[in-house]
Amino acid sequence: MTTTEDLVPHVDAQAVPHDTLTVLGRVPADATREQAVAHLVEAARLVRRRDIEMVRAAGLGHIGGEFSVIDVLVTLYLQAMNVSPGQLDDPERDRFILSKGHAAAALYTTLAMAGFLEPSQLETFMQPQSQLNGHPARTKIAAVEASTGPLGHGLPIAVGTAFAGKLDGSARRTFVVVGDGELQEGSNWEALMTAGNHRLSHLCVVVDRNRLQQGARVADTNDLEPLADKLAAFGLEVVEVDGHDHGALLDVFANVPAASGKPTAVIAHTMKGHPISFMSDNVAWHHKVPSADQVAQALSELEQS
Amino acid sequence: MTATTAPATPVSLHDCRDAWVTALIELAEADDRIVAVVNDSVGSSKLAPFQERFPERLVNVGIAEQDMVGVGAGLANGGKVPFVSAAACFLTARAMEQIKVDAAYSQHHMVLIGQSPGMAYGELGPTHHSIEDLAWLRSIPGLTVIVPTDPTETAQAVRWAAGAGSPVFIRVSRMGVPDVMPEGYRFEPGRAVQLREGNDVTVVATGTAVARALAAANLLEAQGASARVLAMPTIKPLDGESLLAAAEETAGIVTVEEALTSGLGGAVAEYLSTRRPTLLRFVGVPDTFAPTGPVEWLLDHFSISAEGITSAAREILDRR
Repeated sequence: MTTTEDLVPHVDAQAVPHDTLTVLGRVPADATREQAVAHLVEAARLVRRRDIEMVRAAGLGHIGGEFSVIDVLVTLYLQAMNVSPGQLDDPERDRFILSKGHAAAALYTTLAMAGFLEPSQLETFMQPQSQLNGHPARTKIAAVEASTGPLGHGLPIAVGTAFAGKLDGSARRTFVVVGDGELQEGSNWEALMTAGNHRLSHLCVVVDRNRLQQGARVADTNDLEPLADKLAAFGLEVVEVDGHDHGALLDVFANVPAASGKPTAVIAHTMKGHPISFMSDNVAWHHKVPSADQVAQALSELEQS
Repeated sequence: MTATTAPATPVSLHDCRDAWVTALIELAEADDRIVAVVNDSVGSSKLAPFQERFPERLVNVGIAEQDMVGVGAGLANGGKVPFVSAAACFLTARAMEQIKVDAAYSQHHMVLIGQSPGMAYGELGPTHHSIEDLAWLRSIPGLTVIVPTDPTETAQAVRWAAGAGSPVFIRVSRMGVPDVMPEGYRFEPGRAVQLREGNDVTVVATGTAVARALAAANLLEAQGASARVLAMPTIKPLDGESLLAAAEETAGIVTVEEALTSGLGGAVAEYLSTRRPTLLRFVGVPDTFAPTGPVEWLLDHFSISAEGITSAAREILDRR
C-alpha cells in the first residue's frame, strides 16, 4: 500500500539551500580526550546537517539509519582508524566497510568531513552520472573499500580483508558496520563463524543496534535477541556501548584488537533518526524524505544540540 | 583377428582438475599473494597437494558459499590473489549475488573456479549439475567467463587469470577430456581457436564439447562436407570476429556446449542476430533438467555427440 508519506517530493537539487560542509578533518594528534570528543561532537553535528540537506535535495535517501550510524562513522574516520586521504594505496591502512550500504549519504558526508571527498561533490548525491550512488561503489570512490547495498555482503568481505592481514602478520585492522536488521541475512552468521574460528583478532564488527528495520521493529520482525550471547557463542569478544557517545566509542575502538585474541563485536546502541525529535526511534523515517519545514526544524534542533 | 574401428593409438583422457592444481601450485610458489578459498571442497577441487604445500594459504570457510565468495573479495581487497574453488553448481547458484556484487560490480581481482561443471556429477542429478552457469554468468557485466577445452588450456587459463586484474570465472572439467590444444598453445582471452579448417559449415564448441565437435567434423568429412571447428574457450567476452568470419565463409554455425543452450548458443545468437543474421543450430541441454544417468550417457542423450552435432550440421547443409 502506498501512502502519501511514501511519495518522494519533487525537489530541485539546486533549489535546496545548503551550507558547504565545514571540513574539520581528523582530530589533532595532540588533542586531549576532552578536545577530541568535542571535535567529534561538532563533526557529527555538521555531518548530520549536510546529510539531511543532501537527502532533501536528492528526494531520496535513508535518513533514519544514517542518523543512527553517523557518530560511529565520525569516530572511526576522524580518530580511531589509521587511514588518511593520502594513504589509500598503503596496504597497511585500516579498512572500513559500510555493510549497511543504504546509509551511503552518511558515509559520503563523513568521507568529506575527513578529507576523502571534495565537499562540493556531495551536491551530486544520486544525480545522473554522480559517483555518489545511492549505495557506495568501490569503483566510483577510492575511499570505498567494498561495494555494498544488498545486505549481508560487508561482513564476509571484512572477514576476507582481516584474513589477508593475518596472513601478512599485519597490525592493520578492519572495521565493518552492519545494521541490526541486516543480521537476519544468513551470510553474516557464516562469516561470524569464520571470524571466530580463525580468531581474526584485528576484525571489529560494529552492530548499529537501532532496533528498527525498514518495515517494523527488529523484535517484531525476526528477533535477534539474545544478540550479545549469540555473538559471544560465535567466538567474538562482545562490547556494548552507547553508539552516540563519542568518548565511549573511542575507548571501545582503542581496544581493538582485544587482549583475548578474539575478533571484537561492538553492539552500538543507537536510535534511528537520532537526535531529531520527530524522527528518533520512529520506523516511518527509514527512507522518508523530509519536507522543507521538517528540514528547517531538524536543522534548528541540530543547532541547539 | 577381427577388424576394429578403434584408433591406432588409444586416446587418453584427462581430468582437468590435475592441470588446475598443478598450475596453481606453480603460481603460488612464485607469488605469495596466491591463496585458495574453498567450501569444504579440498578433495573435490583436488587441492590436497596445495594444502600440503601451503597450509596457511588454504582458507576453508566450510559449507558456506556466500561467505566463501565474500571472503575471496575481502582477500583481494587485502592484497591477495584469491582462487575461490567449489563445485560449479553451488558456487554459482548459491553465491550468485556475491559474484555479481562482490566480484563483478566491485571489480575485485579474484578467480572463481567452477569445479565439475556441466553434468559431470551425472547420476547425482540436476541439483548437482551446473548447466545454467554459462547463461547466468555471461549476463553479468565485467566478469570474464572461461571454459577451457583440455588440460593445456586449463593451465593456461589459470595462469592468465592470476594476472588478469579483474574478476574471472573458469570452468574446470572433471569428466575426462583428450588433449586437443596444439603444442605451444597460449590462451588469449576473447579469442577463439580454429582447430580445423572448413568452408561448408562451422561448429563452434566449448569445453568438453570441443573433442566431440572434432569427431563430428570427421563424420562430416566422410559425407563430403568440410566443417570448420572453432573452440570458444571464452564465453565472455565473445570472439565476434571469428564468428563473423564463420558466418560469411560457411553456410551456418552449430554451437555445442555441455550446458543449457542459452549459454554459448545464446551468446552466439545474440551477437550475430544484429550483425549478420546466420543460420544457427544449438546443441546442448534444451530447456529441461537432465534425467538420471552417467555423464557420458547424458551427453549422448542430449545429442552432445559426434552424431548429434553431425545431424545438426546436416540441417544447415541441407538448407543451403
